[in-house]
Amino acid sequence: MKVHEHQAKEIFAKYGLPVPRGFPAFTVEEAVEAAQELGTWPVVVKAQIHAGGRGKAGGVKLANSVEEVQKIAAELLGKKLVTFQTGPEGLPVSRLYIEEATNIYKEYYTAILLDRSKSKLILMASAEGGMEIEEVAATKPEAIITIEIDQFMGLRPYQAREVAIKLGFPKDLINKVASVFLKLYDVYMKEDASLVEINPLVLTKEGNIVVLDAKVDFDDNALFRHPDIMEMEDPTQESPLEVEAKQYNLNYIKLDGNIACMVNGAGLAMATMDTIKLAGGEPANFLDVGGSANAEQIANAFKIILKDPNVKAIFINIFGGILRCDRLAEGIIKASQEVKPHVPIVVRMEGTNVELGKKMLEESGLNLITADTMWEGAVKAVEAAKGV
Amino acid sequence: MSVLVNKDTKVIVQGITGREGSFHAIQCKNYGTQVVGGVTPGKGGQEVEGMPVFDSVKEAVDNTGANCSLIFVPPPFAADAIVEAVDAGIETVICITEGIPVNDMIPVKHYIKTYYPNTVLIGPNCPGVITPEEAKVGIMPGHIFKKGNVGIVSRSGTLTYEAAYQLTQRGIGQSTAVGIGGDPVPGTVFADVLKWFQEDPETEAIVLIGEIGGTAEEEAAEFMKENVTKPVVAYIAGVTAPPGKRMGHAGAIITGGKGTAEAKYKALEEAGATTVKNPSIIGETVEKLLKG
Repeated sequence: MKVHEHQAKEIFAKYGLPVPRGFPAFTVEEAVEAAQELGTWPVVVKAQIHAGGRGKAGGVKLANSVEEVQKIAAELLGKKLVTFQTGPEGLPVSRLYIEEATNIYKEYYTAILLDRSKSKLILMASAEGGMEIEEVAATKPEAIITIEIDQFMGLRPYQAREVAIKLGFPKDLINKVASVFLKLYDVYMKEDASLVEINPLVLTKEGNIVVLDAKVDFDDNALFRHPDIMEMEDPTQESPLEVEAKQYNLNYIKLDGNIACMVNGAGLAMATMDTIKLAGGEPANFLDVGGSANAEQIANAFKIILKDPNVKAIFINIFGGILRCDRLAEGIIKASQEVKPHVPIVVRMEGTNVELGKKMLEESGLNLITADTMWEGAVKAVEAAKGV
Repeated sequence: MSVLVNKDTKVIVQGITGREGSFHAIQCKNYGTQVVGGVTPGKGGQEVEGMPVFDSVKEAVDNTGANCSLIFVPPPFAADAIVEAVDAGIETVICITEGIPVNDMIPVKHYIKTYYPNTVLIGPNCPGVITPEEAKVGIMPGHIFKKGNVGIVSRSGTLTYEAAYQLTQRGIGQSTAVGIGGDPVPGTVFADVLKWFQEDPETEAIVLIGEIGGTAEEEAAEFMKENVTKPVVAYIAGVTAPPGKRMGHAGAIITGGKGTAEAKYKALEEAGATTVKNPSIIGETVEKLLKG
């Protein structure tokens, strides 16, 4: 799960990380109040979206007066911000963060994340702050310092100091910078993050260390231990259909094509999307109905995919294991009676009780196109989508 | 021969009195697996369809001689269940549970590696392991598998079924199918299973089914170059998946340009695998390779 910068900074502050003073604002009035509360000029007005690259996209601006705060806030609120991370549709700005300005002397990068090939956490840092780390990794890999964190010992203070020294901080700041890494590790472990990132970590002209931008992604699987973080979720940052699907416990991701897929299992769902593409079509979504889906789940899945106006055909590809084919058929029949699909439906099912399932579909009187293999189903779905 | 499980494997089910646990314990038993009991703390002394329930894994092992455990314990307690199993001397731990926090799995994986280097953890978030017509230790539909000589290793459950079904339809059986699971910190990786299949005299060819995210397929390819002489057919799911979006499995995500299907295909091809882009022709491709 992702949270906004201001929420990440709230969490960071709890752990004693040096974040600038600031307040979130949902309206122009609140933005002005926040700036007045800060009491220093200039202030920074930052659009809050779940993506990076905001600065370059015009989502972060300096304001020197109440009038400027008003003007910038009015411009940003309600706008869709398009950054290199959001895709062309952008993300809506429904809140701002008003923060005291920082006198930047030098910018650094630091993050803690999982190295999957070693199954260990790593601390990454670079003196090339402010830039995208992927870009640094591609063009100047030697500029990235990586420290492996032992799974039993945790990040050791000496390791943190070592990184601070390698980054070239002046001697009198080494302990201070090391404590930033240690506190960041604390946040990662205690809040069950899957990524914590400071980009940039700033050395100010006054010689202070400041966390200028903060990012935390949380491990969805661990949210049950963090009800406070669950409350930070901002549904405006996800597609409405994805939010709705989540309520039904369906794993749905909207894509740009016109052939909707309904599949059981994440791997098979991806394979189905790939097969549609191979057959000359474009998938409209990823949808995993799960292994234990019942008739009602299938009906809900139907409703979700039919709400996407781009959909011209539906391809149902189910390998019945635990989810039996007769149950699937029951769901399809029930859902079709309820939602009256207006596009052709191709069904490929295989596995447990497949004969019974096929018989139920045949006798239902529904206008369905059947297929014996995934490939045949994809080809038929692509053809069907052209016909509408 | 086969890998990991066979007709002599004695299985206990941790979480046997739960809905999923009891259902699958019975399914496995009906398949012919020696399911010798189960564990649910506080429910020791009960029975599930004739299978005795114990309060702890230790007690279950002492009473039944079990050497394999199948775990259905809910996510908040599953990591502890794995450690309990390995501490009790279980040699093969197969964890079906989906949704275990990554921070719980990291120390568990290294604990096993450090203190029980011969113990195998399969999963979590996996369909389990099946040696057709001998033992099914997992949630897969048993009837689509057939005894034979092709080893299957996969990160995805339903794609394992898809591959096995295509093989069985063509009369090609499987030695063992291993679902290693879709989590970012899996107990067992492709390279481990490739090693077992390479050493297993009954396995003549290997089907490897990967997906986007991480670098496990690339590491498998590295391993193959030096260590695998048997033919490998590989399919990678997620060519069309957009970056930054998690495709169901916690581990299936392209981040920072890493973990793409293209990179994985390339690595596997360079290692000598026969790759297929169309998942519907996995069976056909294996058939051609075996006829050579």
